[in-house]
Amino acid sequence: MTGHTISRNRYFLIFAALIVLLVLTISMAYVDLGPFNIIIALTIAIIKAVLVILYFMHVRYSSRVTWVFVSAGFFWLLIMFTLTMSDIVTRFSF
Amino acid sequence: MSTSGSENHTNYLNDGYGVKSWLLTTDHKRIAILYMISITLFFMIGGFFALVIRLTLLSPNGTLVSADTYNKMFTMHGVTMIFFFLIPSIPAVLGNFLVPMMIGARDLAFPKLNLLSWYIYVLGGIFTLSAMVLGGVDTGWTFYTPLSSGYSHTNVVPTVIGVFIVGFSSILTGLNFIVTIHKMRAPGLTWFRLPLFIWAHYATSVIQVLGTPVIAVTLALVGFERITGVGIFDPNIGGDPILFQHLFWFYSHPAVYIMVLPSMGIVSEVVTCFSQRKLFGYRQMAFASMAIAVFGFLVWGHHMFVSGQSVYAGMAFSALSFLVAIPSAVKVFNWTATLYKGTIRFNTPMLYAFGFIGLFTIGGLTGIVLATLPVDVHVHDTYFVIAHFHYIMVGGAVMGYMAGLHFWWPKITGKLYPEGLAKFSALTLFVGFNLTFFPQFILGYLGMPRRYHIYPPEFQVLNVLSTAGASILGLGYIIPFFYFMWSLRKGKVAGNNPWNAKGLEWLTPSPPPTFNFDKTPVVTEEAYAYPEEDLAGG
Amino acid sequence: MDNEQLTHETRSFVAHQFDDLEQQKEAGTLGMWAFLATEILFFGGMFMAYFVYRFSYPQVFAAASQYMDVALGGVNTGVLLVSSLTMALAVHAAQEGKRKQIILFLIITMVFGTVFLVIKGVEYHHKFVEHLVPGFDFHYEGAEPGKSEIYFILYFIMTGFHALHLIIGIGVLTVIAVMTARGRFTKEYYTPVEISGLYWHFIDIVWIFLYPLLYLIHVHK
Ligand code: HEM
Ligand SMILES: [Cu+2]
Repeated sequence: MTGHTISRNRYFLIFAALIVLLVLTISMAYVDLGPFNIIIALTIAIIKAVLVILYFMHVRYSSRVTWVFVSAGFFWLLIMFTLTMSDIVTRFSF
Repeated sequence: MSTSGSENHTNYLNDGYGVKSWLLTTDHKRIAILYMISITLFFMIGGFFALVIRLTLLSPNGTLVSADTYNKMFTMHGVTMIFFFLIPSIPAVLGNFLVPMMIGARDLAFPKLNLLSWYIYVLGGIFTLSAMVLGGVDTGWTFYTPLSSGYSHTNVVPTVIGVFIVGFSSILTGLNFIVTIHKMRAPGLTWFRLPLFIWAHYATSVIQVLGTPVIAVTLALVGFERITGVGIFDPNIGGDPILFQHLFWFYSHPAVYIMVLPSMGIVSEVVTCFSQRKLFGYRQMAFASMAIAVFGFLVWGHHMFVSGQSVYAGMAFSALSFLVAIPSAVKVFNWTATLYKGTIRFNTPMLYAFGFIGLFTIGGLTGIVLATLPVDVHVHDTYFVIAHFHYIMVGGAVMGYMAGLHFWWPKITGKLYPEGLAKFSALTLFVGFNLTFFPQFILGYLGMPRRYHIYPPEFQVLNVLSTAGASILGLGYIIPFFYFMWSLRKGKVAGNNPWNAKGLEWLTPSPPPTFNFDKTPVVTEEAYAYPEEDLAGG
Repeated sequence: MDNEQLTHETRSFVAHQFDDLEQQKEAGTLGMWAFLATEILFFGGMFMAYFVYRFSYPQVFAAASQYMDVALGGVNTGVLLVSSLTMALAVHAAQEGKRKQIILFLIITMVFGTVFLVIKGVEYHHKFVEHLVPGFDFHYEGAEPGKSEIYFILYFIMTGFHALHLIIGIGVLTVIAVMTARGRFTKEYYTPVEISGLYWHFIDIVWIFLYPLLYLIHVHK
């Protein structure tokens, strides 16, 4: 587990990608795409988060257990969002 | 490491005396004892509030205390019993003591964090206790908004701060267990050789780590709203109080499994030992524990059928609730199948385990009844609900705790408790429990609502029965308290393994040495490898 | 793996409950990940509330978010991303056992963290002056002041908890920097550096979501 070191250049590359995505998310916000604005914003945010997790946090090179733990956190979040929204979305429709 | 050895009987109890050696200890066994003392204290406090409730309900017109005081009594009863007694009970006491021993480790992965969790618990306790001393709280343990965030005139803020804080002690315990179980198992102890007590604690820890933060942040929002006067649950500015209920129950339904899963683990240990049999369907049992931990997070909306939640969501939650019954039923079947053809010894832990199985079954089945949406509209917020969850939390979880206390008392203290008296009090508890809570099913079904201090006179007979039962139940808790104390001085010396049980914790002396084992054990067999051949002959 | 070549010095890093350094490292890392799972759900509760209200009051949120300073928020996002980079470089230096570099990168990381907080403070101050802080003489010109107030409450609570985490993060890094200076870490054992890095990156990730959700709802038009 200790073994794997990522080269420094890789970090700079990831950082550059993150900055590009940041610029992209800001510029997309200036284009009116109706409901797609939030979808695009969230997609970009998720990509950025995944980059940070995989490379800055080394998950890409970590053990299976780490993968499971990371996924569990987000999976539980998804449970919360889905079931709560199932109420909110249908509450006032008959 | 532990060269101190057992020849001069150095154990965790006589390895240093003095207050400091206890308050600054990082030994998981000593921390377990600290927790045991603290939760017993809270159990007594909670019990006192219960006493006032039951005494008030002796008469239909509620003469003993005023309506306001009554509201405070059931609130403080619930808060103490749930957050300060039942949730920490088995994990923080028996789990703390036994998880490292059962997996052949010297301690938990993070001993200092473990001690910290106890201090956090105490700090949370101080906040909540001071809220009580300063005049109490009356929102119900559920802290529903907007009552809690605006309308209540009682000490909501210190109480929710206390519960917020104690949540982190629970998280730290769970985190510690998860890491310990992953990383510190003895050589040869593979996942499917682990005792089910460990599986149960693993599942519990998952809930603690993933559920508790949500109630923490939710109560923080309530406290914030109360202090500043503005908040996101406030209907006056367009806030949604039902959102509070979602967030609250997202934790609090799974929390009921924090309370009951560890008990299930204990029952598996006790049932196999006292029938000297392998557990029927070991793998199913392990998976069932994990399934409960996951499914438990999918059903919370069954507490909100009549809250104004969408009926479509209600229907989904109702259907999902039936799902969680499956792994619970698997467990009950497998315990029963384990007993089949076993040579059963009716020692006290076994009596409690039987109590658990029976009462949990009743509690679980009435849970299904409640989770059926149309039925719940009728019995929601009645004594039927009260009976349901007491069957599970007292009949199930606390019985399991008692089973575990008796089972491992010889290991923890090195002394035997008096068996005859213990059996007697187990029976007392069982009788008292049923007399207290069975009538409440009927009361609720007939329509007596919960959380009122007066009721129509025709309900009096059943209420008097319930109060009578409660006094027997109380006796059932007091007797063990005294014989446990007595056994510390006068009890017979237990020896390493008084029950002829399997499991690493029984290989080491009682009380165990500071680092648990003189030499790290090597595991070569599965759990509960009781020699069944001997009995199969007949 | 290379247990045999553990020097005497390395052995002294192993706490009594562990068998070897490898076990201790893995336990530490796993513990941090379990803690981060807790953190995900802690912030998750607030994000849940956000989504509920954003879904219920889309126009109100769009209008209220006009009061955010997109530029300052964007700069701050960049600032945190830089700090994440330098944090990763600090861990990289630790892997190579370069003590001075570790300390240098930790300090840069903390400086950027502080810059973020300062900018955040400036933004808070603007809101205060504009009477947009709920509970402090809140006064909102647009439509639906009540529901807009919910937006601002969410803004302050979410960014507030985020800032609190950042402050704790700076505290943690300070301790780690001091420990590094005292030679507590080696090429073989630098787990504390690594896991405080995990914590720092987590804070960054939270902000990666907060920025578009709070600032960029409705900048077009
Ligand atoms: C396993 C252990 C369980 C425990 C410790 C437990 C505990 C509780 C508690 C404390 C409450 C009352 C909450 C309150 O309003 O103050 C409750 C209510 C409820 N329980 Fe359980 N329960 C368990 C299992 C189940 C199961 C298996 C089901 C159904 C599948 C279930 C269904 C319900 C329902 C529907 C309610 C709400 C009733 C109402 O308020 O109208 N429970 N339970
Ligand atoms: Cu429930």
